Amino acid sequence: MISTATTVLTEAAHGGHVPVVDPGSAGSLALPLVLVIALPALGATVLLLGGRRTDRFGHLLGTATVAGSFICSLVLFFAILGRDAAHRQVSLDLWTWFSSGRWTVELGLLYDPLSALFLLLITGVGSLIHVYSIGYMAHDERRRRFFAYLNLFVAAMLMLVLASDYVGVFLGWEGVGLASYLLIGFWQYKPSAAAAAKKAFVINRVGDIGLALGIGLIFTTFGTTSFSKVSQLTSAASAGVMTAIGLLLLLAACGKSAQFPLQTWLLDAMEGPTPVSALIHAATMVTAGVYLIVRSQFIFEYTADARLAVSIIGTITLLMGAWIGCAKDDIKKVLAGSTMSQIGYMVLASGLGVAGYAFAIFHLLTHGFFKANMFLGAGSVMHGMDDDVNMRHYGALRKAMPVTFLTFTMGYLAIIGFPGFAGFWSKDKIIETALAQNPALGICALIGAGVTGFYMTRLMLLTFFTEKRWEPGVHPHESPKVMTVPLIVLAALSVLGGLLLLNDWIVTFLAPVTGAAPHEEPPLPAIVISLLAVLVVAVGVALAWFLIGKRDVPREAPAKVSVFTAAGRNDLYGDAFNDLVIVEPGKSFTGGLATFDRSTVDGGFTGTASALAGLSGRLRLAQNGFVRSYALSLLAGAALVLLALVVVNLG
Amino acid sequence: MSPTPFVVLSAILFTIGAVGVLTRRNAIVVFMCVELMLNASNLALITFARANGNLEGQIAAFFVMVVAAAEVVVGLAIIMTIFRTRRSASVDDASLLKY
Repeated sequence: MISTATTVLTEAAHGGHVPVVDPGSAGSLALPLVLVIALPALGATVLLLGGRRTDRFGHLLGTATVAGSFICSLVLFFAILGRDAAHRQVSLDLWTWFSSGRWTVELGLLYDPLSALFLLLITGVGSLIHVYSIGYMAHDERRRRFFAYLNLFVAAMLMLVLASDYVGVFLGWEGVGLASYLLIGFWQYKPSAAAAAKKAFVINRVGDIGLALGIGLIFTTFGTTSFSKVSQLTSAASAGVMTAIGLLLLLAACGKSAQFPLQTWLLDAMEGPTPVSALIHAATMVTAGVYLIVRSQFIFEYTADARLAVSIIGTITLLMGAWIGCAKDDIKKVLAGSTMSQIGYMVLASGLGVAGYAFAIFHLLTHGFFKANMFLGAGSVMHGMDDDVNMRHYGALRKAMPVTFLTFTMGYLAIIGFPGFAGFWSKDKIIETALAQNPALGICALIGAGVTGFYMTRLMLLTFFTEKRWEPGVHPHESPKVMTVPLIVLAALSVLGGLLLLNDWIVTFLAPVTGAAPHEEPPLPAIVISLLAVLVVAVGVALAWFLIGKRDVPREAPAKVSVFTAAGRNDLYGDAFNDLVIVEPGKSFTGGLATFDRSTVDGGFTGTASALAGLSGRLRLAQNGFVRSYALSLLAGAALVLLALVVVNLG
Repeated sequence: MSPTPFVVLSAILFTIGAVGVLTRRNAIVVFMCVELMLNASNLALITFARANGNLEGQIAAFFVMVVAAAEVVVGLAIIMTIFRTRRSASVDDASLLKY
């Protein structure tokens, strides 16, 4: 049912080819394309509106809808896999969302290789995490509500990656923000969780302003916000406008993907239940920023400045996240720091332009596998340790939790980039591309890889090795099957994720969306770079072994620590910075406004009123009750009227 | 016949009445002064009616007399009531209705 879909290639400003979004009609794929979003949306609706009546089967329904979505994603994926590269973009127009003046927004779905990979990641990892949550949340009396929110999240995230229009992306973008808020604050009776949810919501709004302004600028520049139309017009736009749009979209990405300077919410977001951290704050939602940048390649390809800014932000964040990961004792916060850092890699890669987009997405997928695996593993450990998250209270858990240990090890090997595991291939490619394009950033990425090796080894040693430091009365045990099976599947994916790069498959597959990169020779042979990366990681691992594995671990975190550790423990003073630069001046400003309002605005009104009241008090005294004084005033009035008549008549 | 003496008389009577209203405290005297002012104006009305040779002023004088009679009925009743409750006919004593 493909009509005239061809991938039109235009000559880009910097000499490459920027592909245009030019989808064919969805035809027979329309049904699964609609179902993929409709199923989880329906699940969320039924579970939220059904109330307690759905308590008994809520978790099963929630899991089934996402699993159904996954099946639809597989159907779609294999359907387009059978087509040639030029016919892999399809779109489905649903209805006109709104129309205002020149601006008409069609609600439509765009399914292309980029969306295809996201769909598989979201629904695939999402299904596994739903299954895991059945066990993890078994004793929570609000489990049905939890699944409703998870379904809501999946539906919104699918909307985000399937929308064919920036406004549609915005709808999904806000939807995942809402779901994230609801789930971080799921245990809202904990003040820390409620505060963390609010913080995530507020900081995300800052990024959303970037997206909203970006969409506005796109509309004023091109007169449309749909991907296909904008992508055909961008080659003619001025570089300044493109840079402005690119920077606004970068701000949006910073908010959602916890990139510097909007990174502080992610560490606090770990207050949510662990499956939420795995699904939303590691595998899917926080990668939405990377999606936005890669999806907007037809904008970023025309602005080298914005791309450089993207890369620099990514590099700063990857180093910051790694630094924070080294200093934390809370297992989930280490993983959160690591998530920031890994997303930093993806953002760095997506800023490298056409050579980097595919590797950003590749790392996003492998990271989705191994980080979800490790978060769920951390959840399994917490489950066995009575919800203690302090790694200083762990130790020697490999015997008590063999399955968790083995699956976690797969994730660990993948993230540090052990040769052959998924993370090795994806991170290696990013470092290689970065070195070829911008050696300074490449070297930073290489250092980041070494630090990753250090903090992940520290986490492994503190949790599964070294001696027991358990709290009295804690009896670690392996988690039930419903939790370990998803771990095993994700561990397998962490090992095998690298297969996506076989024969450069993922690069070729994404080429209709991201463009085909001209071949660039890295400064060193690829094999040397790989060896160098492995060597740097090995140094990090060895350092962790000598600093932690060979020494006794104190149960209490040492108070006297270096400046670097103290900074890492305090999230590199991100909160303090925000307080100093934004919150406190904001408070003073609003305090000043309130004072102005009270004194000047309110004062003006109440002052006038009381002046009038005082005047009337004086006037009232004229009513003294003496008839004769009234008679006098009457006479005076009559005399005055007479006088006036005389004056008028004579004059 | 010149109207001037009548008008002068009317003015004198009116002034006496007005001064009486303003200066006397006894309600009956105040009342009588009011009547004096009304009759002064009646005199002026009739004088000008004669001088101009029409009847409108004389008719107006009748109206004034009728109103004055009605007013006397109501006014004297009020003064009586006040005197009964307060044992005084001074207008200054009846000064409770004020700010």
